[in-house]
Amino acid sequence: MVRLMVEKTFTAQTFSGANLSCRRGGRLVFAGLHFAVPPGGALILRGHNGSGKTTLLRLMAGLTPSSAGHLAWDGQAIDDPDAHAARLRFVTHLDAVKPALTVAENLSFWMSLWAGKTNESALQKSLQAFDLKRFETFPARLLSAGQRHRLALSRLLVAPAPLWLLDEPGNALDDASLAALARAIADHRASGGQVVIASHGSAFVDDGMTLDVGAFTPTTAAHWSEEE
Amino acid sequence: MSVFTTVLARDLRLALRQSADSLTVIAFFAIATVLFPFGIGPEANILARIAPGVVWVTALLAALLSLDRIFTVDFEDGTLDQLILSGAPLPVVVLAKVTAHWLTTGVPLIIMSPVLAVTLHLPAEGYVPLMLALLLGTPTVSLVGAVGAALVLGTRRGGVLLSLLVLPLYIPVLIFGTAVIEGAITGVPVTPLILAGFAILALTLCPWAASAALRQAAE
Repeated sequence: MVRLMVEKTFTAQTFSGANLSCRRGGRLVFAGLHFAVPPGGALILRGHNGSGKTTLLRLMAGLTPSSAGHLAWDGQAIDDPDAHAARLRFVTHLDAVKPALTVAENLSFWMSLWAGKTNESALQKSLQAFDLKRFETFPARLLSAGQRHRLALSRLLVAPAPLWLLDEPGNALDDASLAALARAIADHRASGGQVVIASHGSAFVDDGMTLDVGAFTPTTAAHWSEEE
Repeated sequence: MSVFTTVLARDLRLALRQSADSLTVIAFFAIATVLFPFGIGPEANILARIAPGVVWVTALLAALLSLDRIFTVDFEDGTLDQLILSGAPLPVVVLAKVTAHWLTTGVPLIIMSPVLAVTLHLPAEGYVPLMLALLLGTPTVSLVGAVGAALVLGTRRGGVLLSLLVLPLYIPVLIFGTAVIEGAITGVPVTPLILAGFAILALTLCPWAASAALRQAAE
């Protein structure tokens, strides 16, 4: 397995959120949540099932609006979702892999969408990082769940973006792939990128900050909204 | 490559690899149209009288069958989240997907239509207007349909809801689409430019409306 060379250093900017609340279906998922991820930093989201880790990640990505509070990049409140989207990569529990396309076609689509062009050497590096080189010409429908997830993870590497949001990235991965992911995260942080990981198991980093989303979950009936 | 061509190329490649989807739509168009001569009988005048309307209505229904394909698969497999987060202008992505839909369903319908018009005894002077009307009308069908498809994302039995939502909006296209063909047959020409007008209006509104609905669906 080839280690990715650290090529790009991101401009050092902090990603933060202040007093974030989110309401889903009339229920307050979490409230009064603060976080800050400095350049090169890692934030680990913990919490029981349903505590709002995925909701928080989708909120950080700008997909879900917050009902109170705001996100900030370099101290500036984020008000342009497209500009924010361009600096992040989001790995969700859905792999966004097209079964009818080959592994390489799946990757090169996202590469040309994000980077504006395809770059064969960057594509090969991304494939090698998660040991997918052998399957390059396979239709993605032949991949196992773990291999499909590795393909989703290799998208992180095809075009650089400073902020990685990873939702349970260790799901369905074998030990070698977990190690490859930990290495990719370490390389990303070394080049000044930041990462937010929601995880029950391995945290992939040993010096990250931990945020227990569950601690911000209101539990009493008073938090049920009546107007919705 | 630009965002538009990247997304268009991917959707066309997917449609080509899963060509059964497009073929089903064309087969539906053929079978539904051919049912009319069987149901009404072989009287040429009656068939010729209803031919423009029958071809248009079956073309609309065939297109309707394929509309949920524009966004549903992307929504279910997580691609839609990634497209919204691509940083590219979402209306451009939507327009590329709609263009792919039109090329893989609208264009085959246009090509098939003269063959089916033969079974309906459409008079000879109606063929060129038929294809012209479909050529100018089907882009509107795809564009308006995309808004409906985006609005029903995530709902159960979205297909039925989609038809209730979208079919009434197709009435203007249906009226002028058939009028263009009938005008040519009866010698009172109706300009097909009004269909082009509808297409331009849909082009300026629908990609933005569909984008807003997609963002709502992804919340």
